[in-house]
Amino acid sequence: MSYGLVKRLSLCLCTALVVASCAKQNKQAFYNTGIIYCSESNPVTFNPQLDTSSTTSDASSHQLYDRLLDFDPETGRIVPSLASSWLVTNDGLTYAFQLRKDVWFHNTEYFTPTRNFNADDVIFSIDRWRLTSHPYHYISGGRYPYFESIGLAQNIAAVERINGYRVEITLKRRDSSFLANLATDFAVILSEEYASQLSQAGKPSKIDELPVGTGPFKFESYRKDHFIKYRRHENYWRLSLSAEENDNGYDQDNAEDSKESENASKLAIAINQSDESEHSAVEQLIFDITPRSSLRLAKLMTGECDATAFPAQTELEVIRAKEDLILAEKPGLNIGFWAFNTQRPPFNNPDVRRALAAAIDKNTLLEAVYFDSAIRAKTLLPAASWAFQNDADDTAYNPVLARKLLADAGIKPGFSMTIWAMPVERAYNPNATKMAELIQRYLRDVGVEATIVSYDWTTFRRHLREGLHDSVLIGWSADNGDPDNFYRPLLSCGAIPSGTNRAMWCNQDYDRLINDALKTDDIEARRAIYRQVNRLLYERLPLVPIAHAYRYQAYRSELEGLTINPFGGVRFGGVEKTL
Amino acid sequence: MTQILVRYCTLLILTLLVLTIISFSLAYLFPGDVLENLTGLVPQNEIQRAALEKQFKLDQSYVHQFFYYVSNLLTGDWGYSFTSGLPLRDEVGIAMPATIELATYAMLMALFVGIPMGYYAGIRCYSTSDYLINSASITIYSFPVFWFALLLILIFSLQLDVAPLSGRISLLYNIEPVSGFILLDILLADIENKPLALKDAISHLALPTFAIGAIATASMARITRRSVIDVKHRPYIAAAISRGLSSWQIFFRHILRNALLPILPLMAIQITTLITNAMIVETLFSWPGIGNWLIQAIYQRDYPALRIGMMAVSTVVITLTILVDLFNRVIDPSREKYERATV
Repeated sequence: MSYGLVKRLSLCLCTALVVASCAKQNKQAFYNTGIIYCSESNPVTFNPQLDTSSTTSDASSHQLYDRLLDFDPETGRIVPSLASSWLVTNDGLTYAFQLRKDVWFHNTEYFTPTRNFNADDVIFSIDRWRLTSHPYHYISGGRYPYFESIGLAQNIAAVERINGYRVEITLKRRDSSFLANLATDFAVILSEEYASQLSQAGKPSKIDELPVGTGPFKFESYRKDHFIKYRRHENYWRLSLSAEENDNGYDQDNAEDSKESENASKLAIAINQSDESEHSAVEQLIFDITPRSSLRLAKLMTGECDATAFPAQTELEVIRAKEDLILAEKPGLNIGFWAFNTQRPPFNNPDVRRALAAAIDKNTLLEAVYFDSAIRAKTLLPAASWAFQNDADDTAYNPVLARKLLADAGIKPGFSMTIWAMPVERAYNPNATKMAELIQRYLRDVGVEATIVSYDWTTFRRHLREGLHDSVLIGWSADNGDPDNFYRPLLSCGAIPSGTNRAMWCNQDYDRLINDALKTDDIEARRAIYRQVNRLLYERLPLVPIAHAYRYQAYRSELEGLTINPFGGVRFGGVEKTL
Repeated sequence: MTQILVRYCTLLILTLLVLTIISFSLAYLFPGDVLENLTGLVPQNEIQRAALEKQFKLDQSYVHQFFYYVSNLLTGDWGYSFTSGLPLRDEVGIAMPATIELATYAMLMALFVGIPMGYYAGIRCYSTSDYLINSASITIYSFPVFWFALLLILIFSLQLDVAPLSGRISLLYNIEPVSGFILLDILLADIENKPLALKDAISHLALPTFAIGAIATASMARITRRSVIDVKHRPYIAAAISRGLSSWQIFFRHILRNALLPILPLMAIQITTLITNAMIVETLFSWPGIGNWLIQAIYQRDYPALRIGMMAVSTVVITLTILVDLFNRVIDPSREKYERATV
């Protein structure tokens, strides 16, 4: 009897589990037709022009849209996207873009395109944020934070249609970071045809809620706090492009273009550099909105997600230990630094700053604060930038030199200063307080007493802008690969009032150099100028660069073709899933 | 019979009325400004405030406001959630069936596993197998449900990787909610891969159902066992034995039905526990049910959602309890005709 009982009991208890395990036994091909990405939060909108948060650009920029230009994720160079080639006049003020033909917008339940992508779409997309008189400018708030922060709208004199597939943009001042700005996540191309249909229907705000773009996926549905669903864009232009390439059709096309423009001063490379075709092999893309980092990791482990956003520092080891999970890492476009308030004595003396820099051991800081998830910074620029200088000068840990320099500068032992530690976690500095404590210890060794100061984030930034600090541990994340995006906001004179120049440092030579760098389009010439800038920074040392933090992406080994995009949001175009 | 029905209907209506009064007064009991609690809007000036007050009838007497509230409830205008901006009726309409579905399967598990086990233990009372069932059930019954659910996640999802840990079905399936019950919806849906979708949904259901069901099963088994033992010691059983009936005849003719009668009213109590447990377990399994939804509403201080959520949950519980009681009354001839209805 008791044998029967045991049998029955075990039967009862195991029924549910047997049923469950059945589902897992043989993974069906169906599960290969969709990618599930565990994202961390709700996007604010589906138009990245309107918001700079990475959640928004993750959910829209590379999935739904294309830009005129793109960054190559490996080299950081600007490569053609919707613009197949471009010309810049000698004075650097006029940019002519040759647009691709046969690019189709999404065909969705709410919009059926009747024409393919052309110059009107480019003009519409740029004019929307550029012109306050544009009918769509004030739809969805009328704020375009990225373009506002770099003042791009003020610098564009005109956006003109030359013919159906050629657009000319005229600038007021020379700006060699212009192309880089057009390649950021925020410079997406919207459909003019869709916009005019919506304004006829009297529902213009739908343009940002029910998006239409040319990207590899089209929008299907969104439920706040739950999911965003996308479907494959079956007419995606990169698909037909790779087919054409095999017939060499595209290259001929290109040759014609270059003949046309022989008289122009310079021809930018237009060969399609991305030979890996970015077509989507999966039918569905789903963003599973999971705010809790631990739950995202758990879902990744059980295979409910194929990839996740922002694994926490503490979870990295767990991911590395799992065989079926891959942790991709890449130096991010960011910099964590220790800035001195150069308007306060004695920090206005470069020798004092150099002494303090020599007093700290950056490698220890990297180990203790970043757990080796960052690389040592020599200059402001991370390795992902094309202007990265590998052989730049770097400060070295040398307490003896530090003591000597301090004594020479007339600093008595027991001198006291403040180190402000930012109160929030950022990739470029996951624990500023801990770093401040370590620095405090190093400074004590050279006879400097440091106190650590922290406020809540808003107050902290306000006081920094007022210049109440002696030194501060903070950092910067850039939006595009252009070096100007680091040098100008961080240390130029103009950046003191806007509050991004934490060192309050104003140096005419420096400003002249970084302005010169924008006046040329020759990459080598710019690189040479930035070398001089780096040298100047090393000598004057308004801030001590500490680290460039890695960016992490965790995904299951079934996914193929997912790469970290250091220049912005995640890209699922061209990602495949195998079992 | 009509009289019984009228009694139960009156009871139901009166209870719901009291609940409505409580949920209505919640708007005034929540901390903060009543208008802000109701609308989620902070009026910028007095004119705006006056307009909003007029719109929400706050300028009228409490009695008026209450009737306005009740008429809104009845017409299906339940207001809007602050956080999602969606009509609360739609949100509750999606979340509530998910919880009921979970509770139903757990209840079925309790019925089809717990009751037979209870009978078995009762018949063979004070034997080894009885002790085994009894101690197993008391052990499971004493598990806190959230802890048990976490244990299941840890073992079956994270270690053995045999069951998924969140949601109702893989997001790859596009299932239109028709009934709100996922299994039913899959059968109704027009999709390919139906068997695969069913399998997927069942694997999602397995752990949360087991977590809630195990505890309900344990208590069901204990109740049944007690009832069977009571019946076994009744004189008519002794009489039946003396008449020389076999033990199977005694079981089917006398014990089975008589032991069921005291179990049914206790089942009504079980429903409340089940739904509460379902709400707790939901949050652990990210099950998109009413419990999870209410927790989110609490985090976000979404007062209209809390008010409606409380109303919806208590309505379901009260209605089910009264229905089960009515059912008992109908099938149990031993109860007096004029006995009062109770909740």
